Amino acid sequence: MLYREAGQFKTTYAADQQLFPIRQDRLGVIALLAIGFVGVPLFASEYWFSAILIPFLVFSLAALGLNILTGYAGQLSLGSAAFMAVGAYAAYNFQLRVEGIPILVTFIMAGLTAAGVGILFGLPSLRIKGFYLAVATLAAQFFIVWCLTKFPWLSNNSSSGVISTQKMFIFGHEFDSPREKYLLVLSIVVFLSLAAKNMVRSSTGRAWMAVRDMDVAASVIGIRLMPTKLLAFAVSSFYCGVAGALYAFCYLGSVEPDGFSLELSFRILFMIIIGGVGSILGSYLGAAFILLLPIFLDIALPFFANLFGLPFSTATVSHIQVLVFGSLIMFFLIVEPHGLARLWQITKEKLRLWPFPH
Amino acid sequence: MSKQIGDVILDLQNISLRFGGVKALTDISFNVREHEIRAIIGPNGAGKSSMLNVINGVYHPQEGKIVFRGAQREKMEPHMAARQNIARTFQNIALFKGMTVLDNIMTGRITKMKASFVEHALWFGRAKKEELEHRKKVEEVIDFLEIQHIRKTPVGRLPYGLQKRVELGRALAAEPSMLLLDEPMAGMNVEEKQDMCRFILDVNDQFGTTIVLIEHDMGVVMDISDRVVVLDYGKKIGDGVPDEVKNNEEVIKAYLGAGH
Repeated sequence: MLYREAGQFKTTYAADQQLFPIRQDRLGVIALLAIGFVGVPLFASEYWFSAILIPFLVFSLAALGLNILTGYAGQLSLGSAAFMAVGAYAAYNFQLRVEGIPILVTFIMAGLTAAGVGILFGLPSLRIKGFYLAVATLAAQFFIVWCLTKFPWLSNNSSSGVISTQKMFIFGHEFDSPREKYLLVLSIVVFLSLAAKNMVRSSTGRAWMAVRDMDVAASVIGIRLMPTKLLAFAVSSFYCGVAGALYAFCYLGSVEPDGFSLELSFRILFMIIIGGVGSILGSYLGAAFILLLPIFLDIALPFFANLFGLPFSTATVSHIQVLVFGSLIMFFLIVEPHGLARLWQITKEKLRLWPFPH
Repeated sequence: MSKQIGDVILDLQNISLRFGGVKALTDISFNVREHEIRAIIGPNGAGKSSMLNVINGVYHPQEGKIVFRGAQREKMEPHMAARQNIARTFQNIALFKGMTVLDNIMTGRITKMKASFVEHALWFGRAKKEELEHRKKVEEVIDFLEIQHIRKTPVGRLPYGLQKRVELGRALAAEPSMLLLDEPMAGMNVEEKQDMCRFILDVNDQFGTTIVLIEHDMGVVMDISDRVVVLDYGKKIGDGVPDEVKNNEEVIKAYLGAGH
C-alpha cells in the first residue's frame, strides 16, 4: 500500500525520464540524504565516523567505479585497488609538488591521473574479453604496486613507499575532525553517484550496456567499440582514483603500496557481486555487506554467547565470524545470484501489489 | 499504392569471400535499387547471411567491388555502415538482453546523439534536450510497431515473436535508408508472420526504405519482394522478379535436388 505508483500519471517524456520516476523513491532518496547530511552528523560518535561510515562511503565509491566497468560495460577487471593506489599517490604528489593547489582540485587531478592509467591498461580489452581480460588487468595490479615501491620519487623518498597525507583545507578551513571528513567524503560520493546515475540513464550508459550485452550488434548499430570501452575504463578508474585519494586522505591518513594489494581488488569485486552487478544501488549494498557484516558479527556473536551462557574465547568468536560470513555470502548468491540490489527490486515489485498476490 | 523504384543504390560486383580455405561467396554480383524489396534466398549454408555481413561491413570480401550511392567503398567497419544509414537485424536475435525495450530502441538512435559523456554526467547542455527529442522519435517507432504495452519490459522476458519485433524497432529507430533483415520471420507462427510482413511492407511504403531481406518462407518471399536473388553454395544461381526465379531450372534443382 505504501509503495504504490497508481495514480502517478506521467504526461510528458521529461516526467517519465527523470532520475527517480516514482514519488516514493524520490522521497526515500531525499530522506536518506537528510539523514546522511543532518541526522548522522548530529548523533554519530567519532568511532562511527572514522571506523564505519567513512570506509563504507569510500568503498562504495570504489565499488561504484568497478561496477561501471564490469557491471555496465561488461569488462571484467581485477585492478581496482591499483587504480585506487594511483589516485592516492597522485593526490599526495599534487599536494606535495604543486604550490597552493586546492584539495578538491587535487582529488579531481588524482581521478584524472587514474583515468589515464586506466585507459592504458584498458587497451588489451580491445582484443580480449572475459576472464582473459581479467588476467590482463592483473598486470595493472602488480605493475602499479611495484612501481610505487620501486620509484622513491613517487612517495617523496619515504622508506618502503609509505606516504602520510597532507592536511586538507577548503577556503582556509581545515577538515580535521572525523565529522568534517565524513561530510566531505559524503558530498563527493553523492555528487559522483548522481553523475554515474546520469551517465547510465543516457546514451553513454546505453552504449556501455550494448557493448556488454552483444558487441557485434552494438557495432552494427553504429557504436564504436574502442572509444566506448576505453571511456568505461577511464570513468571507472576516475572513480577508483578518487576513492583511493579519499581512502588515503580521509580514512587512513597514511598508506603504503602493499595496502593496495590484489586482496583489496578482490574485496571490491565481491562487493559488486554481492551487491548487484550493473546496479548503482548494488555498489552501496555490497560495500555495506562486506564491510559492516564482520563488524556486526563481532558485536553480535559475543552477545549471543553471553545470552546462552556459552563460554566463547575470542579466537572461537573470530573463527565463527569467518564461518558465518562465508555461509551468508553463499546463501545470498544461491538465493539471488543478481545480488542484493535485485532482491530489493523484487521486494519493491511485491510491495507495489501488496496485499494482493498479483 | 504505386511504388517508385529508383536507381541502383547498392552495386555488388564480383564479390568473393573466403574464410581460410572455405569459400563462403564466389564471384557474386547483384544490385539493389532504391525503394525496392530485394530478397536473398537459398538453401542453408548458401552464404546469405555472409552476404548481409559483407554489405554492412562485418566481413571484408577478398575480391570484388562494392559501390554504395555512387561511391566505391574502401575497407569499412560496421559502425561506418550505420553512419551511412544502413541498419540491420540478425538471424539469432541480437538484442541487448539486460535493457528494456525502450532502451534497446533508444540505442538504435545512438549515432544521432551528439552529447558527450561529461554533459550526460552533469545533465547539462545537450544531454537532456537530446534525450527528450529522441524519446519522441522512439515513441513513434513504438507506436508504429504496436508495442506500447511492453516499452518498460526487459527484452529478455519477452516471447520470441515480440523480440523480433523489438529488434526491427531498434533498426527502424535509426531511420535507415536501407534495412537489412536476416530471416525476420524465422520461427514465427502464421499470425506473427502476417504482422511482420505488414510491418515490412509499411516501412517500405511509408518511409521509402530500401529493404534487403533473407527469408526461407517462399510464400512470403514471392509475395512481398520486388526482385529475388538466389544463392547456392556461395554462388549466384538466379536473379530476377519472383516469377522468373520460380521457373528457373537451376533454382528448382537447388531446392528440390537434381536427377528427376
